[in-house]
Amino acid sequence: MITAGIDCGAKNVRAVILKDGAVVGQALLPAGMDAKATAAQAYDQALAAAGLARDAVTCVVATGTGKDEVTFKNDVVTEVGANARGAVHLFPEARTVVDVGAEEGRAIRVDANGKVVDFAINEKCAAGAGAFTEAMARALEVPLEELGPLSLQSTKAIPMNAQCAVFAESEVVSLIHAKTSKPDMARAIHDAISDRITSMVRRVGLEEKIALIGGVAKNVGFVKSLEDDLKSKVLIPEDPQFVGALGAALVAADA
Amino acid sequence: MAVDTKGTEYWRWTESRYTAPGLDWKDAGVISGGVDVGSVSTQAVVMLDGKLYCYSNMRTGSDSPDSANRSMEWALEGTGLTLDKIQATVGTGYGRVNVPFATKAITEIACHARGGNFIYGPTVRTVLDIGGQDCKAIHCDEKGKVSAFLMNDKCAAGTGRGMEVFADLLGVHINDVGELSLQVEKEPPPVSSTCVVFAKSEASGLLRQGWPKEKVLAAYCSAMAHRIVSLLERIGVEKEFAITGGIAKNIGIVKRLSQELGIEPLKTDQDTQTAGAIGAALFARALYLKEMKKK
Amino acid sequence: MLANYGYKDGSGDFFITIDTGKCTGCGDCVPACPAGVLAMIEDEFDIEAEHELAAVTAEHAKKIKYSCAPCKPSGYVTADLPCVKACEPGAIAHSW
Repeated sequence: MITAGIDCGAKNVRAVILKDGAVVGQALLPAGMDAKATAAQAYDQALAAAGLARDAVTCVVATGTGKDEVTFKNDVVTEVGANARGAVHLFPEARTVVDVGAEEGRAIRVDANGKVVDFAINEKCAAGAGAFTEAMARALEVPLEELGPLSLQSTKAIPMNAQCAVFAESEVVSLIHAKTSKPDMARAIHDAISDRITSMVRRVGLEEKIALIGGVAKNVGFVKSLEDDLKSKVLIPEDPQFVGALGAALVAADA
Repeated sequence: MAVDTKGTEYWRWTESRYTAPGLDWKDAGVISGGVDVGSVSTQAVVMLDGKLYCYSNMRTGSDSPDSANRSMEWALEGTGLTLDKIQATVGTGYGRVNVPFATKAITEIACHARGGNFIYGPTVRTVLDIGGQDCKAIHCDEKGKVSAFLMNDKCAAGTGRGMEVFADLLGVHINDVGELSLQVEKEPPPVSSTCVVFAKSEASGLLRQGWPKEKVLAAYCSAMAHRIVSLLERIGVEKEFAITGGIAKNIGIVKRLSQELGIEPLKTDQDTQTAGAIGAALFARALYLKEMKKK
Repeated sequence: MLANYGYKDGSGDFFITIDTGKCTGCGDCVPACPAGVLAMIEDEFDIEAEHELAAVTAEHAKKIKYSCAPCKPSGYVTADLPCVKACEPGAIAHSW
């Protein structure tokens, strides 16, 4: 059976084609102005990668903030549901799933079947999501992909007072003025967002193993800060940004 | 209207200083000072027997003790009065512990209530202060003593910085944003994002859709006003209502606030950004007189 | 005086209110909080003040939702919160 999952995030749209439980094609495109069009494009791109046509797909499930923009969907599933299903599929031992995307951070506790037990979302605040690291990278004049590796060179932990991405940007400017090293500031940025994410995880209760998904999982500096705060290692999939779409495709196969 | 694409700092509001005409510090009984070191702006005020003598209003640098010194220096410029002749000074604001010449630090909440009472008179019962990085709602009595307060300094939405981000995005000088936001025929729906970072992305999208600057500004000012009102409603608005801080100079926000609240705020010709420092200077005088009585 | 400490952001309103008229300055709430959210401060609002007041520290005011989270699992009751229980005059209230 062939199913598809479309995850329409705030920043990126992802599509996953699943054939008998295995991923045969996937695509990621920046959401841009027209989410409807991008969703269709991502879907067709993933199909092309799988060498399949639209009519080969039995069921399409959409998830993400823009799920209603997916015109060709058969059903929807919540982001929390999709993340849980996808993460447990990849890591059967995962009981806590932490998703840090561009605009939302989530902590989800799951059972062995990938069913959601409890969850906490930090939404509508850039400080609890990837938008924070993006804004900080700009303030530091460092490309986003380099922020992680840069922070690993830090020799000193500095607390950040600001709990808002806009105020943190001003704080970074002051720190630069006080000649703080870039690695130390990069680390402070990761520590700050990790502190918020960890508090959220503790709210739903921390149960091993912990899976980390979402775009920010690719940031090695954030991962280090998070593992230090959680006092535990986290499991990260090869493609942390596709877990939602994968979960949606799995839900489509369950139906 | 100042619009420039060559890297102009649209957020850079006008710094100023002032000396009251007709007052001579040599005739004064008690000379008191107040310095309000905020995260965005710093004001230094000197009062003679509780009357406003001189003040300065400038951008806070990255170094608090220096901001306090520089602002007081500028306030005293041309008056012949020197720091050593000021009998007592109170520091307030976010950087209040960093006013090296202050004898005491007092919370900005208390100072804004006192300052609001000075600027607007004893009928004020609700003071709304929106600073660079915070938003305060204060209830006070006829003497300017605080009976309730609420302060939000966590989030940029509803603060001066939030407005600066938009001024910068749209390439409109901060002094002009208020007026420009009112130049719309029909009030557009407010931006849906409560977070400034997300609202900025939303606004970029609106601009790409062809929305003119004034419409985007109106949408943001509308959202900002809603947010401020919901914060105010937590402690309620009792008349008379007055606004202090930089935002009082933004007619786009002030008008929308009064429309939503159904209450007209009191008006003043004085610089509303000096309220905190004025309150501090009044406290300095009161504390000095209290000390003198003990002796 | 009602002192509201906390914040409002996109994710909601989170305020701890201290009624300083009821606060006696006893300080029992400070050690009661497992996260160290509360501290005793000088009463800067009243220059004739006789005692200290309980307040939320500046460090915690901006992340009060996170600081208080461990005491607020699903289905908690405000009256059971350690800070509220420790305050005999009932000066402490939570908005969420």
